[in-house]
Amino acid sequence: MGALFVRDLKLSLRAGGGALLGILFFLAVIAVIPFGVGPDLNLLARIGPAFVWIGALLASLLGLDRLFQIDREDGSLDIMLMQSTPLVLTVLVKCLAHWTATGLPLVIASPFLGLFMNISGVAMAAVFVTLLVGSPAITLIGAVGAAVAVALPRGGLLLAVLVLPLSIPVLIFGVSAVNGAIAEPAPFLQPFLILVAITLFFAVLGPLAAAAALRASSD
Amino acid sequence: MRLVAKDLIVARADRIFFRGVEFGVEEGEALLVTGPNGVGKSTLLRMIAGLLAVPGGRITLEGMDDRSLGEASHYLGHRNAMKHDMSVRENLIFWKQFMHDDRFGNGAPLFEATESLGLGGLEHLPFGYLSAGQQRRMAMARLLMVHRPVWILDEPTAALDAASSEMFAGLVRRHMSDGGVVVAATHQPLGLDAAHSLALDPNDRAVEFAADPFAQDDVA
Repeated sequence: MGALFVRDLKLSLRAGGGALLGILFFLAVIAVIPFGVGPDLNLLARIGPAFVWIGALLASLLGLDRLFQIDREDGSLDIMLMQSTPLVLTVLVKCLAHWTATGLPLVIASPFLGLFMNISGVAMAAVFVTLLVGSPAITLIGAVGAAVAVALPRGGLLLAVLVLPLSIPVLIFGVSAVNGAIAEPAPFLQPFLILVAITLFFAVLGPLAAAAALRASSD
Repeated sequence: MRLVAKDLIVARADRIFFRGVEFGVEEGEALLVTGPNGVGKSTLLRMIAGLLAVPGGRITLEGMDDRSLGEASHYLGHRNAMKHDMSVRENLIFWKQFMHDDRFGNGAPLFEATESLGLGGLEHLPFGYLSAGQQRRMAMARLLMVHRPVWILDEPTAALDAASSEMFAGLVRRHMSDGGVVVAATHQPLGLDAAHSLALDPNDRAVEFAADPFAQDDVA
């Protein structure tokens, strides 16, 4: 399993792997928002955390459609399906590698992109922590979409349509935890713990559903 | 160890190719699946590998405890299962680790495997730099590096020149003499002794399990 993690990590970091693409997209989305919203610093500070979250959500959808497709196209998926290693575990490791290559850089970049939005230090820390906990859930939900769309030549759009509605709870609790950290009466811990629970929930359900979809698609 | 199919239905989606397919292949024997394009050879092979659901009848590997046929098999399909962006060495070492080489006995080390295929010294190159025939042979190195008792080969020598085909036939013969089972879909004679043939005929939907049509002596 370690071998699979290292291989997938290498493939996403090498040319054409698309790990950097997500960061660039994230940067582009966040950088244009102040131009659209205008130079009202208070307004930007208020809506900033939500936009950083939305940017990270959209950026982590990029490249998700290739999660299983590249292995299907060259026949590797067939061999993975034949092994005695449970497919659920293989899927989970692929998700972990994908998140490490594409999700983790987004999390690390988020405080710096927060600067564009005039976000306070506390809010930056809160965005960082909530994204760290919440973004794996997006990858795990996305794995289900990627597995369903694996046989389709233009699966990327279908994937976004399938995955976005399911990731709305992640967005809601992620942003409300950040708001809880900056605005006094709202709580931080409760939405944060729900966010953790969502990630753990999808860490189980996502690989199971994705594995079932991959088995069904192996024609 | 014995690979047995009983009353098998070969079908893909809703289309039934054949009913009542039966064969039995012992250790050290091969089954050559022949027939024109589109007759269902690849479908049958993918069913044996466990990649397609078996709609009726059964395929079993007797004498392997409770291990599934899929995990005891190598499947060499039309696609090579190698990454173009990674070096040959990275590709092959990955499969050796991922497939748990020690599960059925030990395969050959990397350099020995590439040497057996006449491609020693190319391990450091990215897989995508190799020619189509070299890529195919490197994919075959996987069969040597990870030991699996059953080899399922789908037109293994299609992209190869005559010398390479002969080299590969030698490796298949060695696998058989070590007690392995080979199932191959092929249009060319592989030059194997102890081969059964399964001829798929599209006209009368008949399946004939017999001795190797390419061989002179009768082994059935």
